[in-house]
Amino acid sequence: MLNKEVAVVGGGPAGLTASIELAKRNVDVTLIDENLQAGGQLLKQTHKFFGSEEHYAGVRGFNIARELIEDAKDLAVDFLLEGSIYSVYEDKVLAVKKEKSTRLISPERVIFATGASEKVINFPGWTLPGVMGAGAVQTFVNQHRVLPGRKFTIIGSGNVGTIVAYQLLQAGAEVAAIVEAADEIGSYYVHANKAVRSGDIPVYTSHTIKEATGGESVDSVKIAQVDDSWQPVPGTEKTIDTDVVCLAVGLRPRTKLTSLTGCRSIYSSTLGGEVPLHDESMETSTDGVYVAGDVAGVEEASIAIEEGRLAGVSAASSLGYISNSAEADQKEEIRGRLELLRGGKYGEERAEEKERIRSIFNERLTRRESSTVRR
Amino acid sequence: MNDSQEEKAALSEDKLFELPGFPDEEDLEDGPVAVVECPEEIACNVCEAACPFGAIKVGREIKSVPEIDPEKCVGCGQCVSQCPGLAVYLVDMNYTDEKALLTIPYEFSPLPEEGESVTGITREGNKSSPVKVEGVDEKENGTAIVKILVPKPEIHRIRGISIEENQS
Amino acid sequence: MEEKKQDLRVNNHPILKGKSAGDKITITVEGEEIEAYEGEPIAAALLAADITVFRRTKKRQDPRGPFCGIGLCTDCVMKVNGEPNVRTCITPVEDGMVVEKQGDDREVRKNAK
Repeated sequence: MLNKEVAVVGGGPAGLTASIELAKRNVDVTLIDENLQAGGQLLKQTHKFFGSEEHYAGVRGFNIARELIEDAKDLAVDFLLEGSIYSVYEDKVLAVKKEKSTRLISPERVIFATGASEKVINFPGWTLPGVMGAGAVQTFVNQHRVLPGRKFTIIGSGNVGTIVAYQLLQAGAEVAAIVEAADEIGSYYVHANKAVRSGDIPVYTSHTIKEATGGESVDSVKIAQVDDSWQPVPGTEKTIDTDVVCLAVGLRPRTKLTSLTGCRSIYSSTLGGEVPLHDESMETSTDGVYVAGDVAGVEEASIAIEEGRLAGVSAASSLGYISNSAEADQKEEIRGRLELLRGGKYGEERAEEKERIRSIFNERLTRRESSTVRR
Repeated sequence: MNDSQEEKAALSEDKLFELPGFPDEEDLEDGPVAVVECPEEIACNVCEAACPFGAIKVGREIKSVPEIDPEKCVGCGQCVSQCPGLAVYLVDMNYTDEKALLTIPYEFSPLPEEGESVTGITREGNKSSPVKVEGVDEKENGTAIVKILVPKPEIHRIRGISIEENQS
Repeated sequence: MEEKKQDLRVNNHPILKGKSAGDKITITVEGEEIEAYEGEPIAAALLAADITVFRRTKKRQDPRGPFCGIGLCTDCVMKVNGEPNVRTCITPVEDGMVVEKQGDDREVRKNAK
C-alpha cells in the first residue's frame, strides 16, 4: 500500500490545476490518469478558449494542456499515467491497475476530477459502423489525424456539435447537416456562425433523426420534423446522404468512482445528470473527498480550471499547509473569478444550480466518515 | 409547429447594427475600424485584452457584450486574430472609390494568395460575389488575417470566403 | 460503384499543421496489408484504409465499428496477434501486427490466452 498525501484522479484541466496548486504549496501530490497523456479533453480541442487571461483565454485547447502539464511537471507533480482506478475502498483507498500490475494507494485526501462522458440517443440503425460519439470524431480527427468518413451528419447543435462541425470543415470533411430537436440552435452564436459561414452546412432545427441506414455501414439517415411533443411529424421525412453520424447530444458527470466513496449526490438536469453534492470548498459529503471540473457539474474548461484550483487550495489547507486566513483569501479570489465566469445568459442557469447544490449540502448534510458502497 | 425548415445562426442586419460592438455610421466612413459581432453575454474578454489601444471595452463583468470605441481603433487587426469566437472583422469603407476592404479571420488550409479571386460567403453561409484577395497575414496564433476587396453594399454581409479548388 | 477515394488522413491541418507522424509501417488486416503510422491506434489505421466493419455480433452477425473512440464501449474490439478483445481505438499499431475480426464468443473463449 502506497501512502500519499493527495491523489488527484483525472488529468484534465481540473486535475492539472488542482495538482499545481497543491504542489505550489509543497504538498506531495500524485496525479492519476488512465490515458497515455494527461490533458483530458483539451488534447482534442483545436479552437481558442474563451474566458480571461487567468483561464488561458485565446489559447488553443491542446496548448493549454501542454502549458498546464509543463507547470505541473516543473512543480514535481508525480504523474501516474495509464493508471486505471478499478475500485475505491474504505478510507479513500484507490485500487489502481497499470499495465499488468495493480497497486493500492492510500491518500490522505483525494480530488476526483474525472470529467464527463457523452450521452447517446438510440434510433434504428444506431449500431451501424459510422455512428459514433462527437468525442470519438474529435479524437480520430484532431488526435489521430484520420477522418472516420467523408460526409458527417451532426446530431445536436450545442457547443460541441457546432465546434465539431467547424473542426470537420478544417479537416477537409463535408458536413451534410446539423440536426437539432429544439426549435433553435443550442450553441453560442459565435460558434454556430463560425461554422455556418465556413461551408455549406444545412441546419435543421425542430428535427430529429429517425433512422440510420446502410448495408455494412451508414450511407444515409432519415430525419423528420418534430412537433411540440417531440414526436416526428409524418410526411416530413428527409433523407440525407452521409457516412458518419456524430452524436453531440450532451455530457454527464463521470461519477462512477465518486459514488464508490459513498458521497451523496443529486440529479441536476442543467449540470448534466448525477452531481456529487459539494460545499464551497469543493468537498463532498465524504471526509477528505473533493470534486472539481465537469464531474461536479458539466460546465466549461475555464470553470474546471478554477474549480481545480479551489479544490487544491482547500485540500492543502485541510492538511495544514496554509493558514485559515490565507486559505480564505485565496478561495475568495478564485470564487470571485468563478462568479464572473458564470455570468451571462448561459452561465446564470448553471450558477443557480451550483448555488442550489451548495445550499442542499449545507442544510441537509453533515459530513461523515468515508465509507464504501457495498453491493 | 415550427414553420421554418432551416434556421441558421446568423444575425439579421438590424440586430447587427444595434450591437455595442458595431461602430456608428459616421465612424465607419472614417478609416479602418473593428466590428465586434458578439451579441451574447459570454464570460470572455480576449478582444479587450488583445487591443493595444484600448478600443474595445468589456469591463470587469466579463460577460458584458463588447463595445467598440472607433476613436481609439486604428484597424490593426489584433482583435480579429485573437478573438476565440472569430467574431471580429475590420471594415475600411473607403479603401478605394469602388471597393471597401474587409478583413476577416481565416483558419483553413490552404491560405488564399494575394491577388487571388475567391468567392465571398455571407453570414448565412450563402455564396456571394467573387472578391479579390488584397492581402494575407499569417499569425503566430494560427488565425490568419485575410483582407478582401468587396463591393461596398456587401461589406456587412460577407463574413467568409470559399476558395474554389482546381479539379485535378 | 467505384468512387475515387479521397485521402482520409488529415495531413495538412490549418491549426495542427503537418502531423509529426511516426514511421510508416505495415500491418495486416484480415489478410490484407495496409499502411499505418507508428504511434497511432489500430482503429485509426483501419478507418484511414476505409475499413469500417471491425467485428460482427454473435447472433445476427451485425456489423460493428468504433463508437466512443476512447476505450470504453468495446465496440471496436478485434483479435490482434492472436489475442482477442483488444480495444483497437486505444491500442497502438506495431510493425507486422496481425489484425483479424474475432469470431463469436465460443471461439474467443476457446482461444483466449
